[in-house]
Amino acid sequence: MSNNPNTLFDKVWDAHVVRKIEDGPDVFFIDRHFIHEVTSPVAFLGLESRGIDVMFPECTFATADHNTPTINQHLPVEDPLSANQLQALERNSAKYGISHWGLGDPKNGIVHVVGPENGITLPGMTIVCGDSHTSTHGAFGAIAFGIGTSEVEMVLSSQCIMQPKPKKMRINVNGQLGKAVTAKDVTLYIIAQLTTAGATGYFVEYAGDVFENMSMEGRMTVCNMSIEMGARGGMIAPDDTTFNYINGREKAPKGAAWDKALAYWKTLKTDAGASFDKEYNFAAAEIEPMITYGTNPGMGMGISKHIPKATDLAGGVATYEKSLKYMGFEEDQLMLGKKVDYVFIGSCTNGRIEDFRAFASIVKGRKKADHITAWIVPGSHIVEAQIKEEGILDILTEAGFLLRQPGCSACLAMNDDKIPAGKYAVSTSNRNFEGRQGPGSRTLLASPYVAAAAAITGVVTDPRDLLA
Amino acid sequence: MAYDKFTVLTSTAVPLPIENVDTDQIIPARFLKAIERKGFGDNLFRDWRYNNDNSPKQDFVLNNAIYTGKILVGGTNFGSGSSREHAAWAIYDYGFRCVVSSFFADIFKGNAINVGILPVQVSEAFLDQIFKAIEVDPATVITIDLAAQTIKLEATGASESFAINGYKKHNLMNGFDDIDYLQAMKDDIKTFAATNGI
Repeated sequence: MSNNPNTLFDKVWDAHVVRKIEDGPDVFFIDRHFIHEVTSPVAFLGLESRGIDVMFPECTFATADHNTPTINQHLPVEDPLSANQLQALERNSAKYGISHWGLGDPKNGIVHVVGPENGITLPGMTIVCGDSHTSTHGAFGAIAFGIGTSEVEMVLSSQCIMQPKPKKMRINVNGQLGKAVTAKDVTLYIIAQLTTAGATGYFVEYAGDVFENMSMEGRMTVCNMSIEMGARGGMIAPDDTTFNYINGREKAPKGAAWDKALAYWKTLKTDAGASFDKEYNFAAAEIEPMITYGTNPGMGMGISKHIPKATDLAGGVATYEKSLKYMGFEEDQLMLGKKVDYVFIGSCTNGRIEDFRAFASIVKGRKKADHITAWIVPGSHIVEAQIKEEGILDILTEAGFLLRQPGCSACLAMNDDKIPAGKYAVSTSNRNFEGRQGPGSRTLLASPYVAAAAAITGVVTDPRDLLA
Repeated sequence: MAYDKFTVLTSTAVPLPIENVDTDQIIPARFLKAIERKGFGDNLFRDWRYNNDNSPKQDFVLNNAIYTGKILVGGTNFGSGSSREHAAWAIYDYGFRCVVSSFFADIFKGNAINVGILPVQVSEAFLDQIFKAIEVDPATVITIDLAAQTIKLEATGASESFAINGYKKHNLMNGFDDIDYLQAMKDDIKTFAATNGI
């Protein structure tokens, strides 16, 4: 053990290096591997064609989420291609002895929601999944990131991947967040400051009292979006908020094992004087409720602002103009008051109980705007049950909303939840890329408060005007 | 999955001077439903390449017969967003063996190498030079020499070197992959796991 000050990231990374290859990547051991139906089938085919087995099946967890319908989940899946993928996941999991939470299972839900809520995600772990939003799990002080299918095959067959160690970045946000400013606004603000590629090549640690005072749900929202500024992942040092969240969850350690784990977890923080390759400081007071106006998550701004002019930005003018043309917007326009057609609340970014509480706090006692189509999609069956237990469903129903069943849904529109061409959606998801929510769809990323305000008024609305 | 060895590639190139090309553009999610690695090239850049009625969009570069070749040249921050390896499969399956840009997103870059596509990162100035050369003459020939780690515009001889780590370079030049390497060190991995109480 070195006495030099060390970062949280280094502590966790270095504890998982099986071998260092000179002028090459590290052979990096993986503690937890999540798989879903879309990015795993070809990896299993690879195992078959090579005639190799799964090395540690107890470290891999399967759940179906990307391709699942969000209504009538008790009926057979209509799309034969989707059904085929779901069956392949079930078949492959059974064949190799991997835990599988398929459609209809009470534990089923979005992979980055069910991992934490069942105590599979723990501090100090290395966690991967064939999904870029695996960075979510960094909220627990884990190193968690998305991988490709070739790497899924590596983890299945050897519990390792070959990974060059990223550089280190720390982002500090301190101060008091304003009214209706959520974790989503904090992350959209950071991404707008750094741009969509501003953290590529880095692993981020989020620090400062804004994150210290944030719930686990909020921390997951922030870490989830790390990839949207190019970072492989982001993490937050575990503390009592983390430990209290984990304690008692189904797969969390219990008894003596808990005490031992807790003693280790308490060492997982960046030492004073440890150095980072890059560091940013932001003031909480600068952050407004945010909304995006363009076709990457870095194209976001405070909801009361005007759309920037191309000449005020660093990137190329042609790409910027292409983006605004796709969105049907112009430079210098105000976003407030723009007509919205769809509202989507859900996804691995904002599909947790706290998000539905925030949404309900605005819609309570009001009515959905007539022309708005709203898709309210919990991140898991456990979240769905909480929505019902807490009376949120009653509030939603009275306001004219329908609660759907869990899944990734309109975040990536692999199932039937597609925003039609040319329509505007205020979405609590993570990507506003062209066609992300359906061919020709136009996405405005925002928090659950902003989504709720749009669902009630039918236009882009500052949620501070509707919050008591 | 086996791929062809990469040594020297001499080819014309297809220009795509757009920044932040994300993997949702390279292959939209609705085309990720296969359970085999087949046919992804047909849907490469699907929504930029085809209208809703499946007719080709005439202004998109892949529908312009004067641009061909095994090299795709993209604007900065190529391959951002989703980790879907399907994006790399689609590029490979279409016939590209190399993507040139001034900056790559991390996950895409790793996926590309893992499927046998060489990502070549050049300076902004050299990328500009390539785009201009192709604009003037679509038959511009580019040579990429992996052993020497150089990219060269044949007509002018202008060239630049690019970085790649020695391990990955060796893999690409020999058609090896990481799974071969990891299978050969399984005992070490088991020892590591046992030592760490896995």
